[in-house]
Amino acid sequence: MRRLLFVGILVAPLALAEPTPREVQDIHLRDFHAKGVVKKEAVAQDAVQRICTVTNDRPGAEIAKQLEADQMKTIAFPASGLMGDWKRGEDIAQSGRGMTFTDAPGTPNGGSCYNCHQLAAKEISYGTLGPSLQGFGKKRGSGEETQQYVYGKIYNAKAYNACSQMPRLGWSGTLTEQQIKDLVAYLLDPASPVNQ
Amino acid sequence: MKRLLFGLSLIVPLAAPAQDAKKEIEKYQQMLGEGSPAELWELEGEALWKKAQGPQNVSFEKCDLGLGAGKVAGAYARLPRYFKDTDQVQDLESRLLTCMTTLQGRSLKDATARLFGNADRPSEMEYLVAYVVGQSRGHKMAAPVSHAKERASYELGKKMFFYRAGNWDFSCASCHGEPDKRIRMQELPMLSQPAGAQKAYTTWPAYRVSNSQLKTMQWRLNDCYRQMRFPEPEFASEATIALTHYLAVTAKGAPYNGPGTKR
Repeated sequence: MRRLLFVGILVAPLALAEPTPREVQDIHLRDFHAKGVVKKEAVAQDAVQRICTVTNDRPGAEIAKQLEADQMKTIAFPASGLMGDWKRGEDIAQSGRGMTFTDAPGTPNGGSCYNCHQLAAKEISYGTLGPSLQGFGKKRGSGEETQQYVYGKIYNAKAYNACSQMPRLGWSGTLTEQQIKDLVAYLLDPASPVNQ
Repeated sequence: MKRLLFGLSLIVPLAAPAQDAKKEIEKYQQMLGEGSPAELWELEGEALWKKAQGPQNVSFEKCDLGLGAGKVAGAYARLPRYFKDTDQVQDLESRLLTCMTTLQGRSLKDATARLFGNADRPSEMEYLVAYVVGQSRGHKMAAPVSHAKERASYELGKKMFFYRAGNWDFSCASCHGEPDKRIRMQELPMLSQPAGAQKAYTTWPAYRVSNSQLKTMQWRLNDCYRQMRFPEPEFASEATIALTHYLAVTAKGAPYNGPGTKR
């Protein structure tokens, strides 16, 4: 991993006043403090965050493949039954609560899905940072492989695209296994408003 | 205030198609722009600026914001900048803290006791900021990058803008790095490009209707980091000043038009 970072620094344009990636991280660690449910250490970078930052989210194909394989290993796939309840999934998709330094500990987190994605046609207040997922299940079906993919993608989006802008919602402890199953149903169940 | 409430009711019926909703929001924002409550904060801030305070019992009228002691007109448009007396790059809020502690002789504890207020009880910092930034209306943004420490501050701010971390892997660029994106219905300025940075930076600090209060740039960054799921940034730290510096320099050339009014 150290070797990868070293390569990243070499290809970055050198400017005299430009701080090194290590210096930038040290300044973050000095100038941010723990508050509420957020620990100070969260401002330090893991391998994905560090490599995506130094490569402007465009790591080489080889590095991306390695990162994705490492992230895939973090996904805890439930043994069976990935389809939860789409009605509960809708509430999770709507809720943007949780994980901020002003959130009370113990309150259930949301998935913030609508902040970035279009989902059900009837919900017009949707964000555009991520692709539209309207009719996702209608287009892809709800087979076992698709269920696996959707579960995995929500659990750890970096396993499929190393520098994806989507949070690793299962890996980060934002959503529980049951919540992710409910979102799988929200996306894939033919009765879900996403597929109407 | 009644007019503002009426404005809010305009965005409630969301049954209409997205296009209509967007038009309604634009209409609402235009209404807000006419006659902003920010003016009340400016007036209160001017009174506080001229009020003798602290152990030294002096006002801010000798406070040097970069253009010389007591010169307020156009000062905000040239911040952040390097100050010789502190040997640091400082933004407006940081510099006001310096004037409170050195000029007025107040303790840092007293000066930082209430950095963010609320609707019932705004803070001294918010009033002062409203007054000072209002005195730069019409002045072109010109934060300097000639001193070595200014150059370093700008470069650090730029790195911070693209630094991905936290439980959700976000950087500022996750939301503000591409044109024409939005969170829910809220449009997001692309802050790494002059056009987006100019539009956003020249209208902050701002009266925020959802908080019924004037909010400073330090608060704006604090709340961005909160939503990014980062830990809390230290008020007026080198990091927050550097990020402000990067945004100010990217916005250079545009006439300052604040304090603005936001949703």
